[in-house]
Amino acid sequence: MLDKLFSSQAVAEALRIIQNEFPLAVWETFYVTVISTAIAIVIGLPLGVMLVVGEKNGVLPLPKWLMHVLNVVINLLRSVPFLILMIMLIPFTRLIVGTSVGTVASIVPLVIAAFPFVARLAESSLRELNPNIIETAQSMGASPMQIIVRVMIPESIPSLLSNATISITTILGYSAMSGICGGGGLGKIAINYGYYRYKYLVMLLAVILLIILVQIFQSVGTRLATKADKRLKN
Amino acid sequence: MIEIRNLTKSFQSGNDTVEALKNVSLTIPDGDIYGIIGMSGAGKSTLVRCINMLERPTSGTVIIDGQDMGSLSTAELRAARRNITMIFQGFNLLMQRDCLSNICFPLELAGVKKAAAKKRALELLEVVGLPDKAKAYPAQLSGGQQQRIAIARALATNPKVLLCDEATSALDPKTTHSILNLIRDINRELGITAIVITHQMSVVEEICQHVAILDNGVVVEEGEVGTIFANPQSPEAKRLVFPDGSNEILPAEPGEKRIRVVFNGALATGTPLIATMAMEENIAANILFASTRSIGDKVYGNMLLGIPDGEKNLPKAAAYLQSIADVVVEEVLPNA
Ligand SMILES: Nc1ncnc2c1ncn2[C@@H]1O[C@H](COP(=O)(O)OP(=O)(O)OP(=O)(O)O)[C@@H](O)[C@H]1O
Ligand SMILES: [Mg+2]
Repeated sequence: MLDKLFSSQAVAEALRIIQNEFPLAVWETFYVTVISTAIAIVIGLPLGVMLVVGEKNGVLPLPKWLMHVLNVVINLLRSVPFLILMIMLIPFTRLIVGTSVGTVASIVPLVIAAFPFVARLAESSLRELNPNIIETAQSMGASPMQIIVRVMIPESIPSLLSNATISITTILGYSAMSGICGGGGLGKIAINYGYYRYKYLVMLLAVILLIILVQIFQSVGTRLATKADKRLKN
Repeated sequence: MIEIRNLTKSFQSGNDTVEALKNVSLTIPDGDIYGIIGMSGAGKSTLVRCINMLERPTSGTVIIDGQDMGSLSTAELRAARRNITMIFQGFNLLMQRDCLSNICFPLELAGVKKAAAKKRALELLEVVGLPDKAKAYPAQLSGGQQQRIAIARALATNPKVLLCDEATSALDPKTTHSILNLIRDINRELGITAIVITHQMSVVEEICQHVAILDNGVVVEEGEVGTIFANPQSPEAKRLVFPDGSNEILPAEPGEKRIRVVFNGALATGTPLIATMAMEENIAANILFASTRSIGDKVYGNMLLGIPDGEKNLPKAAAYLQSIADVVVEEVLPNA
């Protein structure tokens, strides 16, 4: 098995594929992940805020039915496995992007899968905040909007950043999975060569690159979160 | 002036109703340092939170300078809260902002321009004695320093009233003392009324002019600190003034009579009263119990004296002690 994997023929072929296809694939994976995460945060963060402030005893109580709908939708989307969600969303993706295959098209299901996840993570970050801080702001005459924008979010930045890191690495994994049905990038290469054509070496290299990308996202994210946290003395 | 009228607050938890405040009425004069003391769970925090409507009273009113707090609209209440600021046991600073922008925070909320806010914040850092901490983050400060920053923040909007909920309970005695001094200076120099919530008698003793004793949601005693110290009426007040219990006193010697000497703010002259009486009147009084404290330069508290050969000596001793200003003497009858 191993000698077959590393036979000179296999190595030569893999090198050729790497040269021709990997730079684009890495770039595609990278930008799909970053763009999908960014959009998921734009949608998910406000929803996470709503989940916290909209409660009965929250800063800005929202109608009960709205909170209920929000929770149900988020839980529903979170419980559909990503691959199935992607297939289910094909008509929707086609409606928005015009096609359901390709790198850009994969952004749609990625965002739909990721924003509920982001919303829950944002919710848990915001819940970590000491409630006395919010009450203090209220005692100084802060409005609900001021509390959200000037207290809750800024005070939760370190935690939000580490949860954003979890999001981006998870979305990277999803984006690789999207290679099965139409998505581009490293996932597509791994599946096309490894699964359909038995070129395991190429698949192995694609996986190694995915691991390296995760490592980079994770260490950049951790560093940002630590640097942002003014509670750490130094 | 703050007038609290028939304030009641009950909390519904499950099927139980907790009556945290029961028909509380208090009047807090302008410029006062007013203590509210009581055991844990007495309702102190609830009372102070009702003053700025962080907690809505179940019934009753809070009137500050003629303005009924309960009747204000949300926007009016927010504006009113800039006049009634608050400091807390846990300081509650914004941990991701440096000290300067913590102090700027209430000004930001009020829409004050950045430059003006910064100028005011720098002045306040001077007032609280931490001019070099502008760029420090709260996590880099000690508890006492954090409370100073919190006080500066509370002063930013030029309030008329400062509510202090256990503001020194997380601090050591020395730091407590310095924070209390700061509150007193603020009260004197800026004329801000301070309401000081505490469970420590020493805090009331040190800075308050008036005190209300809260027990189980009820004000059991209220008045000038000196009066209450000298002559606590309610069992709760007695427990606070004499924490070690004062009721177990030796049985009287034959012929001994007892008097209680109440110091109602007598000037502490440094003369040992009992010794002087022994020399001048030739009465060797026996100190059976004493609880006196100096508040400022005045003495408050009381003393139980046993006067030997009471038939003869008691009137003399009473007359001698009575002649001192702000001292009240009364005979204590046995088993009374
Ligand atoms: N939000 C609430 N819900 C239910 N019960 C409450 C609530 N807030 C206070 N209580 C109850 O009201 C009573 C008074 O509480 P409060 O916090 O005012 O006491 P406190 O005198 O400040 O005590 P401490 O010295 O421990 O701070 C307590 O029995 C408490 O359990
Ligand atoms: Mg309390």
